[in-house]
Amino acid sequence: MRDSFDYRNAPELIRVEKLHKDFGSLKVLSGISETIYKGEVVSLIGASGSGKSTFLRCLNRLEEPTSGHIWFDGVDIADRKLNIDKHRQKMGMVFQHFNIFPHMSVIDNITLAPVLLGKQSKDEAIAKAEALLERVGLSDKRDNKPSRLSGGQKQRLAIVRALAMEPEVMLFDEPTSALDPEMVGEVLEVIKGLAENNMTCVIVTHEMGFAREVCDRVLFMDEGVICEQGHPRDLFDNPQNPRTRDFLSKVL
Amino acid sequence: MLANIERLLVKYGMNFVNGLGTTLLLAFISVLIGCFIGAFVAIMRLSKSKVLNGIAAVYTEVIRDTPLLLQLYFFYFLLPDMLPALKLSKFTCIAVALIINSGAYMSEIFRSGIQSIDRGQTEAARSLGLSAGQTMTRIILPQAFKNVLPAMCNEFVAITKETSLASTFYVGDLMTQYQTISGKTYLVLEPLIIIGVIYFVLTFTMSKLVALLEKKLKEGD
Repeated sequence: MRDSFDYRNAPELIRVEKLHKDFGSLKVLSGISETIYKGEVVSLIGASGSGKSTFLRCLNRLEEPTSGHIWFDGVDIADRKLNIDKHRQKMGMVFQHFNIFPHMSVIDNITLAPVLLGKQSKDEAIAKAEALLERVGLSDKRDNKPSRLSGGQKQRLAIVRALAMEPEVMLFDEPTSALDPEMVGEVLEVIKGLAENNMTCVIVTHEMGFAREVCDRVLFMDEGVICEQGHPRDLFDNPQNPRTRDFLSKVL
Repeated sequence: MLANIERLLVKYGMNFVNGLGTTLLLAFISVLIGCFIGAFVAIMRLSKSKVLNGIAAVYTEVIRDTPLLLQLYFFYFLLPDMLPALKLSKFTCIAVALIINSGAYMSEIFRSGIQSIDRGQTEAARSLGLSAGQTMTRIILPQAFKNVLPAMCNEFVAITKETSLASTFYVGDLMTQYQTISGKTYLVLEPLIIIGVIYFVLTFTMSKLVALLEKKLKEGD
């Protein structure tokens, strides 16, 4: 378990205010207000349908919030008039189904965005991508097509593809749910490495052991609100809310 | 009959070759430019804008639900009237009609190709900060193009045969050559058999090549 995160000195990175999201008549998020601090590792847990993935996807506006505010970089990125593209460059995202670009080699998957968006020169991007591949043990796959990679390798590639943009925060949407059990560990290891290097991470996960070990704070969501939150030690060992207790009794 | 065919081949051999050239040229222009129009219209059709969507829908539906011969007549008469200054040749008017026709079919091929790409691809690209346009040109279209390549080649095969309708306006394609030769020689069946064989060999070969391409693309995945 991580040592206590020092909230007194940590600046705010993302501040969410009264976030609502409806799909037609279905209310998925019912007024979430929450702050993510710089360097913090937060996991979102809860039953499926509790809104945790939707909440995560609202943070970089892959889902358009119905109402509310999301302050990031000093602007309200929930504002529909805002061009979100520039801000998304600073928020990496990793998906359950990897979403690797299958028509590009491993290295091109990583260098595409930084070069296309003018963040790095072609040479810089390649050097950086090679270093990232080395870090996650995929150097020998550099020029392969992604179809040759295993699920775990694809997800590690997806993580470094996001890291290549040098984001300020990484959003993980059930990063190990689509993996064969023997590949879960290698992906969690990479995420853990990020956490240890003080990358801000928000992780939707069903891996309770991982949440307990790596996270500074766990948010339990139910019916579109955050029911309970706290340090993993407190939340897992001494849950206060009956709904948290009920959920944990089913999954632990 | 065989003797007649032989005689025709010797005397009018160049006519058949020229006809074949024109037929292939018309088909090639239609499919190539139709391909760009098709990609563009498919994107319009899938856009959120109701106006763009509507224009694209009207275009594809009108073209697909009226006979090609009617469209050829329409542009054959319309274009010189509309743009007299350009002094458009018959060939150009017919080529434009074929391009517009092919564009509509291509747009439907592209639309299905674009829609066949998993939504996650768009989400991954947008989450990296790519704009909608960059996502389309760098991520979606290259993958869609590969998926629809066989269908596009089939469209090329189909349009090769359909160019025969252009002979109504004597634009020099294979079927026009038939009319010319049969008019000169008073032979009806023999020249028909010759161009029939040419059409068959042409489209049969192309269809087989498409099948081969399809197989190769599958192996590449």
